[in-house]
Amino acid sequence: MEGLKRGAAAIVGVAESDLGQVAEGMSPMDLVAQGTQRALADCGLTLKDVDGLFCAMTQQRMSITSMIEYLGIAPKFIGSSMTGGSSFEFHVAQAVAAIEAGLCSVAVIGYGSTQRSVGRRAASQREVNPYETPFNPFLPTSAYALAASRHMHQYGTTREQLAEVAVAARKWAQLNPVAWEKKDLTVADVLKSRMISHPLSVRDCCLVTDGGGAMVITSAARAKSLKKAPAYILGCGHGITHMNISSMPDLTVTGAVEAGRAAYKMAKLSAKDMDVVELYDAFTINTILFLEDLGFCQKGEGGPFVSGGNIAPGGGLAVNTNGGGLSYCHPGMYGLLILIEGVRQLRGECGERQSKKHDTAMVHGNGGVLSAQASVILGTGATL
Amino acid sequence: MPNDATSPYATYLSHLEKGELAYQFSPAANCAVFFPRLLCPYSGSDRLEWRVSKGRGTVYATTVVHPAEGQPYNVALIDCDEGFRLMSRVEDIAPTDVKIGMRVKFRVHKPGGEEAPIPVFTPEAA
Repeated sequence: MEGLKRGAAAIVGVAESDLGQVAEGMSPMDLVAQGTQRALADCGLTLKDVDGLFCAMTQQRMSITSMIEYLGIAPKFIGSSMTGGSSFEFHVAQAVAAIEAGLCSVAVIGYGSTQRSVGRRAASQREVNPYETPFNPFLPTSAYALAASRHMHQYGTTREQLAEVAVAARKWAQLNPVAWEKKDLTVADVLKSRMISHPLSVRDCCLVTDGGGAMVITSAARAKSLKKAPAYILGCGHGITHMNISSMPDLTVTGAVEAGRAAYKMAKLSAKDMDVVELYDAFTINTILFLEDLGFCQKGEGGPFVSGGNIAPGGGLAVNTNGGGLSYCHPGMYGLLILIEGVRQLRGECGERQSKKHDTAMVHGNGGVLSAQASVILGTGATL
Repeated sequence: MPNDATSPYATYLSHLEKGELAYQFSPAANCAVFFPRLLCPYSGSDRLEWRVSKGRGTVYATTVVHPAEGQPYNVALIDCDEGFRLMSRVEDIAPTDVKIGMRVKFRVHKPGGEEAPIPVFTPEAA
């Protein structure tokens, strides 16, 4: 992002809250508190050190205010940009800016959702749009299905190739102790699963789970003295092309093009330099679109690229190593959890699913219906 | 300055009531604008002219929604010949027969009761 300094700040603490199905009566803010406490413990800081707070969620209209009330602290700087699932990638850039400007020194970004417990409808109220709602698109799925239909038409992408994305995610999930779905899954299973909005079947769609977490960001100087190896924020970028799918200029090209371009420029790196890739896979088409738009393959070649296990464990590129929104966890807004996985991969904490090369990570968040795209490039100390 | 007497959506609806599909044209940007609004997103100009579409277009993208209860139905994005896109559905054929690139023509659908009229499309050939 223009104006931000490469490596000026780092993610120093990360933690998931409880995931999957949480205890009865647990609130979204309980999950934020769990995540915050665990992320601070992860880096050896305490709530007393925190003077910057960021939060966005669907279940609390004024989430940052709720977070302040709950934690009982008076932050010097707050942010609550709401771009759906990519909110947290935006918060990272804002936290870096705030820290660089001296507005705060230790920032916590939090998220929590109990959408599985309370039901998707209660967790995320749909807005009425008189130009779309009367046609009953099953949102968000139908919007992604429309994008998939266009990609299939223009580039010959197949349902089998979409299914490969789900199968690869499941294989990664089988290596992640906390993943929600671990049953074996084949391309044939995906193809014959219940159709939701053609060409997307239920196995092309993300999970509906509870979950959340938090992360701690501070200056590069302070990061060095903390418990674990810092994940330096090398690059940030964003691209927002529309809100509603009927206003998306080209359904086969997302704002990830602009997000990636800006993030790579700031990081002085390119796609070929990325060791680990964490993409927001709300639907199988996302992974294909983002691999293309972020430069891992040519436009239109995402289908062949994901085939033959190329993005599965042992494949050519380590993509969505936690099992993704498709098989690990998808608590409504998933963007914080991919940042956590990116940091853990850089640290080498990922056990069976650990990528051999792990000095750089591309973390890419998606919000709305392919609407708000934001990339964060993370690197170890070796990349500074 | 007095309040505006009408809204973009109300103007759009009054055309639909007459069986017309209205859109806006931005002279500053020299292109069509949809959904109807007060500012042109391509130029920032507040001069937007109302025009009535000839009602011909092409299917840009299509999906078939399979609801938990009830029959599958079509949702499509239609590129109208005047250069604007809208969400709609193609009627008079099976939802699975709606194909990208198919030529379609507009008709108004009036659900009746409290519900506002909406633009739907049918295959041009029919």
